[in-house]
Amino acid sequence: MNDAAPVLEVVDLATHLFLRGGVVRAVDGVSLSVASGETLGIVGESGCGKSMLALSILRLVPSPPARIVGGEVRFGGRNLLELSDAAMREIRGRDISMIFQEPMTSLNPVVTIGRQLAETIELHQKLSRRAAVDRTVEMLKLVRIPDSERRIDDYPHQMSGGMRQRVMIAMALSCNPKVILADEPTTALDVTIQAQLLDLMAELQAKFGTAMLLITHDMGLIAENADRVMVMYAGRKVEEAPVAELFAQPLHPYTQGLLGSVPRVDEGGAVERRRLPEIPGNVPSLANLPSGCAFAPRCARAVAQCRERAPPLELKRQGHSAACWRVESGVNR
Amino acid sequence: MSAPSLASTATPVLRVTDLVKHYAGRRRPLSREKSVVHAVDGVSFAIDAGETLGLVGESGCGKSTLGRAVLRLVEPTRGTVELLGRDITTIDDEALRQLRRHMQMIFQDPFSSLNPRLSAGEIVAEPIRIHRRSTAAETQDRVATLFERVGLRPEQMDDYPSQFSGGQRQRVGIARALGAGPDLIVGDEPVSALDVSIQAQVVNLLMDLQDEYGLSYLFIAHDLAVVQHISHRIAVMYLGRIVELAPKRALFATPQHPYTQALLSAVPVPDPAARRKQRIILSGDLPSPANPPSGCRFHTRCVHAMPRCSTETPVLKEGQRGHWVACHLY
Repeated sequence: MNDAAPVLEVVDLATHLFLRGGVVRAVDGVSLSVASGETLGIVGESGCGKSMLALSILRLVPSPPARIVGGEVRFGGRNLLELSDAAMREIRGRDISMIFQEPMTSLNPVVTIGRQLAETIELHQKLSRRAAVDRTVEMLKLVRIPDSERRIDDYPHQMSGGMRQRVMIAMALSCNPKVILADEPTTALDVTIQAQLLDLMAELQAKFGTAMLLITHDMGLIAENADRVMVMYAGRKVEEAPVAELFAQPLHPYTQGLLGSVPRVDEGGAVERRRLPEIPGNVPSLANLPSGCAFAPRCARAVAQCRERAPPLELKRQGHSAACWRVESGVNR
Repeated sequence: MSAPSLASTATPVLRVTDLVKHYAGRRRPLSREKSVVHAVDGVSFAIDAGETLGLVGESGCGKSTLGRAVLRLVEPTRGTVELLGRDITTIDDEALRQLRRHMQMIFQDPFSSLNPRLSAGEIVAEPIRIHRRSTAAETQDRVATLFERVGLRPEQMDDYPSQFSGGQRQRVGIARALGAGPDLIVGDEPVSALDVSIQAQVVNLLMDLQDEYGLSYLFIAHDLAVVQHISHRIAVMYLGRIVELAPKRALFATPQHPYTQALLSAVPVPDPAARRKQRIILSGDLPSPANPPSGCRFHTRCVHAMPRCSTETPVLKEGQRGHWVACHLY
């Protein structure tokens, strides 16, 4: 765990979806913290609640059917869940900003990108129109959009996917936020463009000391960019550890399975054409979770206890916690 | 220009020679001419029985168009496609229908490639009825066997696509492709829409089926790790052309083309100990295939570009045995 005081702390956050068929616990009591300059990676498969967690932090959950039903989001000495809507709007974009997966749907298609960026800057930094435009050009240069004085007049559809995502990053960074929530920020992009953007984000993060939550399903991105990692399964955190430790000694059977089933590029080219280790079964539907540990039906090590009671998240090693009955606790070794 | 055979045996299952697919693009401003999109521009390769050729490249490089042109799901503009020694680009519709049972396709999106109004059993039965002319009872038996073979329960034959998860739908798609008894299956990003844990299941299934039935695969994907895992040889495409083709071991150990080198170095490695490896960061975006650069199409982004690269198109040449590269550096 890091020693620096956290910038953002989430405690026991719960977001439920109230559907006709019943209540779905999309985020089911998740806690996390992240410090300045730190990147916390959040991994999990579809439906594990990782995106809903990010939206809950910014109070942007689609309501109905979603509603934040418990917990705290501590930022700057306040609980964001108790703020007025007006106060929350001040926080969004200025102090905590978000980068979404699909820039085409999160940018306004009928407003030029320069106008959209300048609006954010004017609103949060109380700058004049003139100063906001200057700052806009400066931000576009920072994310290396060539010919930025001219590109500010472009509409989103006139740009490539990579360029649009750069605009999103510029927008997210424009007010020097303390925290960035990046939800699959490069998933829609090709790997060579992804590499360009991640280098850029790391550079900007180092420069401004921004804390980042990097949400992704890509273990490679986590390994290369995160300082700490939390693994989510069916709305809960099932494991958390520093990145090197998580990859070297994953404790939870789900994490072990996930790491094992990812084919990896081997530069030696020595990879034989062998079967990949599988996790049996399907990604569970949150609407229909088993009692006990949600992973038990797919877990080779599950025993009766696993099917009866859900395991609590416990510290198993120094700085390394997991929610599994089958992992011995050995904090003192 | 005579095309290289690029096959390791004399009788490949599939041989593609100088294949070209151009689309009419948008009308150019202030001009009567329409632009031409060079989606596939002179591609040659071959696939042996029981072999997987991985086809990689980034979005817009023409790999999906190539996959469809190989099956004549889009009409090639020029070039030949020989399946089991027969050129399918010149045969009539009836003859093509006859040959279709030998070549099948698995699509990326298991949510849109299955008819929602048919049960899974009916979906899998259709190509068997069309191509095998078997009785209803025989067809039912065969569908049940296929369901078990791809890891579905025969009871699920009555379920509709909406009742299946993504991974299960992809299994239905695989069973449908197998029903005709094909020699070649073209998979267009068949696992990229699936969760990681499910992806491994489907990759394993495809490899098992290949061993069992001696299938040949053209496996189109952007995920290099998956392609490395499943392929025997790999072709790398850039803006409509193959820039490098090699056995996978050679491609990953000694990539020759500067684009391949950049592509491989950009892939994130799931190992924190391997962090901070030297990346080759490409500048700029992919140029438009409607207006591709002259000469070598990669020269606008290549760190090794020389004057002749912008004027002279490099041809695929064999360097090390079976390792083909189209680059003036070699």
